[in-house]
Amino acid sequence: MNNILEYLEKTVKEVPDKTAFKGGGTEYTFRQLVDVSRSIGTVLAARDVRKKPVAVYMKKHPDMIVSFFGVLQAGAFYIPIDEEMPAHRIQYILESIAPEVVICDDSTLENAKKLCTKSEVLYFKDICGLPADDAVLAEIRSRALDIDPMYVVFTSGSTGTPKGVTACHRSVIDYVETLSETLGFSRDTIFGNQAPLYFDAHLKDVYPTLKFGSTTCLIPKELFMFPVKLMEFLNENRVNTICWVVSALSMVSAFGTFKTIKPEYVHTVAFGGEVFQIKQFNAWREALPGASFTNLYGPTEATGFSCWYKVDREFVPGEVIPIGRPFRNTEVLLIKEDGTEAKDGEPGEMCIRGTAVTLGYFRNPEKTAESFVQNPLNDSWPEIIYKTGDIAMKNERGELVFLSRKDYQIKHMGHRIELGEIEAIVSNLDAIKSVCCIFDDERKKIVLYYIGDIEKGELSAKLKELMPRYMLPNSLIPLDTMPFTATGKIDRNLLKKRYMEGK
Amino acid sequence: METLMDILTELHPDVDFDSCETLVDDKILDSFDIITIITELNSQLDVTIPADKIVPENFNSAKALWALVEELQDE
Repeated sequence: MNNILEYLEKTVKEVPDKTAFKGGGTEYTFRQLVDVSRSIGTVLAARDVRKKPVAVYMKKHPDMIVSFFGVLQAGAFYIPIDEEMPAHRIQYILESIAPEVVICDDSTLENAKKLCTKSEVLYFKDICGLPADDAVLAEIRSRALDIDPMYVVFTSGSTGTPKGVTACHRSVIDYVETLSETLGFSRDTIFGNQAPLYFDAHLKDVYPTLKFGSTTCLIPKELFMFPVKLMEFLNENRVNTICWVVSALSMVSAFGTFKTIKPEYVHTVAFGGEVFQIKQFNAWREALPGASFTNLYGPTEATGFSCWYKVDREFVPGEVIPIGRPFRNTEVLLIKEDGTEAKDGEPGEMCIRGTAVTLGYFRNPEKTAESFVQNPLNDSWPEIIYKTGDIAMKNERGELVFLSRKDYQIKHMGHRIELGEIEAIVSNLDAIKSVCCIFDDERKKIVLYYIGDIEKGELSAKLKELMPRYMLPNSLIPLDTMPFTATGKIDRNLLKKRYMEGK
Repeated sequence: METLMDILTELHPDVDFDSCETLVDDKILDSFDIITIITELNSQLDVTIPADKIVPENFNSAKALWALVEELQDE
């Protein structure tokens, strides 16, 4: 197997008429996925996009997923862009990627025409039903390598510009295989998808669905604000498997939802992205005593998740759920600052080795060279590892436990954010003289301190145009003066201390 | 009502909460906001909003949300 679409091609022979993806009032069977993706692939192939980027700028919908497959049919790789992304960020992504083609839908057509000045804009409805050219598609596939890129997804960059993580087919196949065996997916699996389609998080529902002939229900985003409706959705759709960010699970349990309604069919719960408060975690366990719970950990740069821990014991508040051990065919090295390996009980930076390590950052050799480096424990042949920036150690059971970050990267509502990126975007505004961003770990709030001749309301409105929703500071605090350290840098620690004490 | 307005304005200083009646429908509030509002109402006013009251109708306007708070305070 050297192409991710082989999952689909095998499954369609077995269950052609089963529903693969549903959401937004639309359903695709596996047969329809093949047909529509081949139509799109043929249109794209005529534009010679093999090994080139194609942007998919659509709302979260099964049409977006089938467009991904269409891009892959053409031997190209997809760049998912979310309908709700602010224009500024879309423009940045389009300029840095320079895709040949952008596929859009009703919700994005107008914007796409405005923003995509250098790319051809194709409208999904125009291309989804055209005849497929089997010979052309077969020829493209015959030349496909498993080291060719499959997608580029953008992740926060501390200097203010997002980085495009580029992953190949082989990494995703490796990930789908090991994730599936760890969580026990099967043809009976019905996924309730929470993850946005524009991050690597989409892989864990979308591609096991192709592999097994399972079904994925796309959950409308707004349901994650209204827990009872969310549970009703899971029950109506008989969802039995949820791989969600911790903040989505916590929202349900913290509001006492289980007193009113419980998910009736869920037997597999996986979570990641953040630390799960034991109180909330235990509420889920109590509500679903027969379900399995697995903590997942991993950076976008290693395709998806790299480590797992299936909960096998009781946890009391104050304890931390470990991130466990690496997936099969992945190794996590704990490297100390001096480049040697940490011993058991010693902290070290988690460095990932394996097929799941992605190709690097798109058109960004400097940033790639900083994080994708030669294994310091190997001086005998070229061997790239990915330095995560996460500090961890092994506990007495031999399980990896996350300790801290090396830098100012935070996790907020499941999203990975560099505080430096927020600062860089804000400091670009003319009215802003100085800026510093801190994260209130207790209340999970991003707090922005600034000096500048601009009212909070005006600043808030401006920021909404410049950064994605999940990056927006939750609190804006104007200052007259900024505190500095002895070395002349903004005293971030002092600001944070003051904030935490003041509240 | 003032406490509620302070909580809302802190989250979105650019929004006119006196007049807006489509806070949910127009995606002005997101899930983080809903969590913050409920948590803050609980800690500042000692009001617990039960899960079955966390529905779009109750969060579309400051007025509707305040009516819910008053209803819960009376209970």
